[in-house]
Amino acid sequence: MSISTHIQRLWSFPGGLKLDGRKQLSNEGPIESAEIPHLLEIPLSQHIGHPAEAVVKVGDTIKKGQLIGHAQGAVSAPVHASSSGTVTAIEERLVPHPSGLPALCVIIETDGYDRWDSCTPLISMDDPQHKNLHALSAEQITDKVAEAGIVGLGGALYPSAAKLETARKKATDTLIINAAECEPYITCDDALMRNRPEEIILGILLIKKIVGARYCLIGIEDNKPEAFKALSDAITGYERAIHEHCEQTIEIIQVPTRYPAGGEKQLIQVLTGKEVPTQGLPMDIGIICHNITTAATVYQAVYRGEPLVSRIVTITGGAIKKPQNMEVAIGTSIREILDQAGWDKSRVDKIIMGGPMMGFALPSIDVPVTKATNCILVSEPGELATPPPAMPCIRCSRCADSCPMSLLPQQMYWYAKARDLEKIQDYNIFDCIECGCCSYVCPSNIPLVQYFRYAKNEIWDDERERNKANLARERHEFRQERLEKMKKAREEAARLRKEKLAKKKAEEKQKAAGGDGEKLPASSHADLIQEAIARSKAKKAQQQAQKRNTENLTEAQQKQVDEAERRRKKR
Amino acid sequence: MFVAQSSPFLKPELSVSKMMLVVLLALIPGIITSVWVFGFGVLVNIVLAITFSLLFEAVMLYLRKRPVKVYLRDNSAFLTAVLLALALPPLAPWWLTLVGSFFAIVIAKQLYGGLGYNPFNPAMAAYAILLVSFPAEMTTLWTAPVMLGGHESLSLLQTLNYQLFNQLPEALTLDAVSYATPLDVVRTSVINGLASISEIRSTGHTFGMFGGIGTEWVNLAFLAGGLFLLKKGIIQWYIPVSMLATLGFFSLLFGSFELDSNPSPLFHLFSGATMLGAFFIATDPVTAATTPKGRIIYGAGIGLLIYIIRTWGGYPDAIAFSVLIMNMCVPLLDYYTRPRVYGHNVDEEQP
Repeated sequence: MSISTHIQRLWSFPGGLKLDGRKQLSNEGPIESAEIPHLLEIPLSQHIGHPAEAVVKVGDTIKKGQLIGHAQGAVSAPVHASSSGTVTAIEERLVPHPSGLPALCVIIETDGYDRWDSCTPLISMDDPQHKNLHALSAEQITDKVAEAGIVGLGGALYPSAAKLETARKKATDTLIINAAECEPYITCDDALMRNRPEEIILGILLIKKIVGARYCLIGIEDNKPEAFKALSDAITGYERAIHEHCEQTIEIIQVPTRYPAGGEKQLIQVLTGKEVPTQGLPMDIGIICHNITTAATVYQAVYRGEPLVSRIVTITGGAIKKPQNMEVAIGTSIREILDQAGWDKSRVDKIIMGGPMMGFALPSIDVPVTKATNCILVSEPGELATPPPAMPCIRCSRCADSCPMSLLPQQMYWYAKARDLEKIQDYNIFDCIECGCCSYVCPSNIPLVQYFRYAKNEIWDDERERNKANLARERHEFRQERLEKMKKAREEAARLRKEKLAKKKAEEKQKAAGGDGEKLPASSHADLIQEAIARSKAKKAQQQAQKRNTENLTEAQQKQVDEAERRRKKR
Repeated sequence: MFVAQSSPFLKPELSVSKMMLVVLLALIPGIITSVWVFGFGVLVNIVLAITFSLLFEAVMLYLRKRPVKVYLRDNSAFLTAVLLALALPPLAPWWLTLVGSFFAIVIAKQLYGGLGYNPFNPAMAAYAILLVSFPAEMTTLWTAPVMLGGHESLSLLQTLNYQLFNQLPEALTLDAVSYATPLDVVRTSVINGLASISEIRSTGHTFGMFGGIGTEWVNLAFLAGGLFLLKKGIIQWYIPVSMLATLGFFSLLFGSFELDSNPSPLFHLFSGATMLGAFFIATDPVTAATTPKGRIIYGAGIGLLIYIIRTWGGYPDAIAFSVLIMNMCVPLLDYYTRPRVYGHNVDEEQP
């Protein structure tokens, strides 16, 4: 059996940085299992798109893996209980998000049994030939992925099923599995690859089956030789299965370690030489990119029937006693896992979720681990930067030289500062991937990425305002038009009435001129008067029939009224 | 523990202050060679320029209500002072340095908004003003290089005495210690048809082993410092390479027509302030172009202008004017040489 490869050479991306990876801190040991905490706080929105809607009530007894939040709309993902227990509250809690705003969470008091709900795998585990894989349809797998609440675990958090569905409909030629993990400190993908390579390969086969891609490439940075070997061995181990299901083998390709090689656009560029069109998707050039951890969760959903209820989190940094990778139930408080890993509270400098290049400082550690939590970095003093005040830009263009998107950050900074939003768009701010290279190399310590995030938000705000204003303008114009129409209708009616009256008068005149001088019959006069009297009587009766608010008063109210009357009289 | 700070959190590798310091470090071989070739006047100029410049910088920062200590520590005024001092003639009187420092720091830098906001290279703007205002002092006070036995007769004290009090030892005249710079000789003699290259060469007072006498070694030392900066990643290759290549190209082109009236490319590259200009002055980040293509055009423009002014212009050396003229073109260059952004116009570029 020959392993045919079609990747002949690697391309490269401009800019980028050689960073001290500091991955050896946490990437050696096994994946530890975190304890099930007493309380789980599971946010209903852990993905891009509409938040899930709670389908459990306070007091419900639930099992691990049971659906607690239902997906809402096309771009959404369901949320499941990550252990068994009782729902004690559904309320807003602080969640790990840069905004520091609370979000709706389901709070579960665990019972300690960690009992699974019934799991229904699509493929039984005792199928050494993987024959059942043939029998599965792409729809079945996609449905399972959707059901399991799988989202892009590389950080995008886009519901995977929606992405796979689109890729399947479009002609997707190449599946790229992102195993680059280029941010310093983070090793959760590395640990997964070293410890569970078979799950990854089977997961990849499933994804490949859905999208129908011809080629499948795994891109991995060359600073992870152990993971590379583990995956290579797994590919060899499954060679027969792969061969039966694919024309081409799964190729695993080492790419040079240079931040941000794991950026989707950069990895695509390095592996294929192609660029994703601006404001487009990889699918536009026949490529779909998935994270390696996402592939493993697809395996878990299909082969074990387990929804996404836990994830591997890297706990690392100078203030952590034993940096490691932990499998943590989603909803576990970050404080609990820090306690389990052991941390020196007196030496803590910063607590960051994610990596040091793109992560964010946590507003509190009493927030839950979510599907997005890949790393908790607890630094000691002196380990990470506490930037001195920013100096003026000296236009050294180190930022431009380091930008993997070939942007000109020094110019964008100028326009962001001047709040010239049109000009900054002219400099393609929306192509910025916020990788942080420019800020890192800036000798003046200018927080460039922060300026760009600010500018993007301002532009979005402006757009919303403009949309609002447009809507208001449209409404106003509509109203004006309506009023105009009504006015015209009224004028028309008045004209008609006038014409009628004039006609009548003319007729009367004619008749009078006729000489008879005929008066209206007396009877009709009397009739009119009678009618008027009757109408006024009816009106009075109606008014009386309407209750006055001083009637039917309660005793207390009557008392108040009487008192008020008395006071009035005294004056 | 929970500081509001946004990513990235990794410690930056470089600061403005450190950048300037590395550039100053890279100037040291050139400074030492200059002192060897031209005498103690170079050192006196440097000390005076640093003193005046830092003083002006501090006063201006105070008047502009900027944190004086923080900005003084960025070392930018320090660097400007040294660059200006290296451009001045070694026997420059103290007031020339004072006026130059004033113009560089107060007018060309601080009045435009301080570090990062000056459109013109401060040291070169000051040099140009001095050259136009005091042409005699700026051209005739070059000590004859050590190879011609010029300055050896002047001790540090005697040099100081001349620069501060305009007094030479009794036995000496200014003519005895000074010389016309190689570029000056070539310009006045060859271009005016007074002498051919070979005639000048036979005097032994102008041409050294490959460049201008004396200045060739100084240029070589600045080249070494420049390569160090390149290796350290403080500067990029675009500007020095394009500038030196353009200058070399045009001197080769014209030199190959009339060998006896056009000095060789090596002479152009290794005399005057060519190397200092290429690696330390044209690369001043604040006033140079910023895009890769822009920087190449910027450097090439300087190289071409240097050749034109040296050959047909009214001044012997041309670094300052060339740099200043190209400074004016920077906004235009930056605007029209923007690199293609990832994902834009990809159709024709996709493999």
